[in-house]
Amino acid sequence: MPKIHYVAHDGTDRAVDVPEGETVMRGAILNSVPGIDADCGGECACATCHVYVDAAWKDKVGAPNEQETSMLSFVDSVQDTSRLSCQITVTGALDGLVVHLPESQH
Amino acid sequence: MNEHAPIDHAKLAESMPLEDINVSDPKLYQQDVWMHYFDRLRREAPVHYCKDSPIGPFWSISKYKDIVSVEVNHKAFSSSSTFGGITLRDRTGDLELPMFIAMDQPKHDEQRKIVQPIVSPANLAKFEGLIRSRIQNTLDSLPRGEAFDWVDKVSIELTGQMLATLFDFPFEQRRKLTYWSDVATTDLNNPDRLINSEEEREQVFGECLGAFMQLWNQRVNAKELGGDLISMLVSGEATRNMNPREYLGNVILLIVGGNDTTRNSMTGSVWFFNQNPDQYAKLRANPALLESAVPEIIRYQTPLAYMRRTALADTEVGGKMIKKGDKLAMWYISGNRDGDAIENPDQFIIDRERPRQHLSFGFGIHRCVGNRLGELQLKILWEEILKRDMKIEVLAPPKRVYSSFVHGYQEMMVKIAP
Repeated sequence: MPKIHYVAHDGTDRAVDVPEGETVMRGAILNSVPGIDADCGGECACATCHVYVDAAWKDKVGAPNEQETSMLSFVDSVQDTSRLSCQITVTGALDGLVVHLPESQH
Repeated sequence: MNEHAPIDHAKLAESMPLEDINVSDPKLYQQDVWMHYFDRLRREAPVHYCKDSPIGPFWSISKYKDIVSVEVNHKAFSSSSTFGGITLRDRTGDLELPMFIAMDQPKHDEQRKIVQPIVSPANLAKFEGLIRSRIQNTLDSLPRGEAFDWVDKVSIELTGQMLATLFDFPFEQRRKLTYWSDVATTDLNNPDRLINSEEEREQVFGECLGAFMQLWNQRVNAKELGGDLISMLVSGEATRNMNPREYLGNVILLIVGGNDTTRNSMTGSVWFFNQNPDQYAKLRANPALLESAVPEIIRYQTPLAYMRRTALADTEVGGKMIKKGDKLAMWYISGNRDGDAIENPDQFIIDRERPRQHLSFGFGIHRCVGNRLGELQLKILWEEILKRDMKIEVLAPPKRVYSSFVHGYQEMMVKIAP
C-alpha cells in the first residue's frame, strides 16, 4: 500500500499507508492526521484540505484543474506547489509522496 | 387563514398535495414551521417543482448531497443577476443589481479576490483585539435584572460596529448600514416592512450609493489608501472601473453578507442555549467546546435559508430534468437537517465530531468569503459571556423575520440576572 508523508507545519512527519484509489485528503481523515479539515467532504468546494506538494513530487502529482485553481484562490498562503488534497488520487506511482501542511486551514 | 385557530403545520405538511407545497412562503419562516414541509420534501420529493407561487414556478433542492452537486456545477447553474441572481424573486431590467456573488466566471473570481484579503488570517488576527474590546464594552453596558431586546442591543450593535470598521465608514452613522441592509432584504409583503415599493427601495439605494460615492471619492483623492473594503475596491483592477450600479450591488452584498448572517447567529445562539440547557451546562464546564459549538450554531441557525440558481441548459438533478431557464433554490436550511448527511440533525449538539460539515456557508466558488470572521465574532462573544458567567434568560420566543431568504430574528426579549 502506498505510503504518504504528511509533514505538519512544525515539521512533524506522519507517514501512513493509504489504499490506492483513495485521495490524499481521505488518507489523512481515515488515519486521524491533524491539519486537514475537509469541510465539504471531498467535493473540491471548500479549500480546507490545502497542502503544499513537496517540490520533488510536484511533476508526478500534476497541476490543478480549473475548478481546483478557482477554489485555491480562497487560500491565503497559496504557492505554486499548492493543491487541494481531495483532488490528488493515491496511486502506486505516488508511493512515498510528501505533502506539507499549512499552518492552518482557516 | 383563521388567526384564532392555529394551524397544525406538522399535520398539514403531511396531508396537503405535494405539488401545492410552496416553501418560498415567508410566513413559514416567520412562524417557524418550515421544517415540517422540508421533512416531507426530503422524503418524498427531494427535487420538487412548485408550479405556481407569488415568485413564479421554481424547483426546490432539499437534500444535502443534491445541494452540493448543484452548487459545484456552476457551469450549468448560473448565479448571474442577468437571470435573476441569487434570490427567487426576479430582479431584472432596471432593478437588476450586479454584485460578485451574482456573477459567473471569470468575473466572479476576479472581483471576489479583490475584497478577500479583508478576511485573511493576518487581518483577522489584527481585528481580534478590537472585536474583543467592543464585545466587552457592549456586554458590560447591558442592563441587569430588566428586560431588553438582545437583537437591538447586542446583535445589531456588534455587527454594525464591525461593518463600519470593515468599510471605514463613519462610526457614529453605523446604523445606516444596518438600515440599508434591512431595506435590501425586506419583503414587500411583510406586514412590518420598512418600505412599500420597489421605487422606495431604489430611493433608499440611491441614498446608500450617494454616501458610498462620497467615500469612494475620498479614497481616490487620498494620498495613501487604507486597508478597508472601499480602498480595496478603488484600487482593485477588477473593480476600479465598476459603474455606479455595480458598486452599489457589491456594497449591498458586503453589507448584507456581514450583517444579517452574523447578527442572526448571535441571536440564535442565545435562543439555542436557552432551549438546550444541557448543552449550555456542557459548554460552561468546558469552554474549549466553543471550537465545535460555533459551527454548530451556524448550522442550526442557517442564517441564509437558500441560494437561487438559474439553469443554463437542461440538466438532471436527483432524477428530475431541470429545463434551461428554470430557477431553483438550494435550501441550505433543509440540507442542514438532512439525516442522511448529519446525525440527529434536528438536535443542537455542541460537540459533534465533524461540526464543520454543514451548508450554511455554501460550497464551491461562491462559498462565503467572510465565514472565518463570522465565526470569530461568535466565538469571542461566547468567550466573554462565559468569562462573566452571565445568565441570559429569554423571556418569550423570539419574533422572527418575514422572509424565506434571511432566516433571522426581529426581536428577542431577554433578562440578564443581576
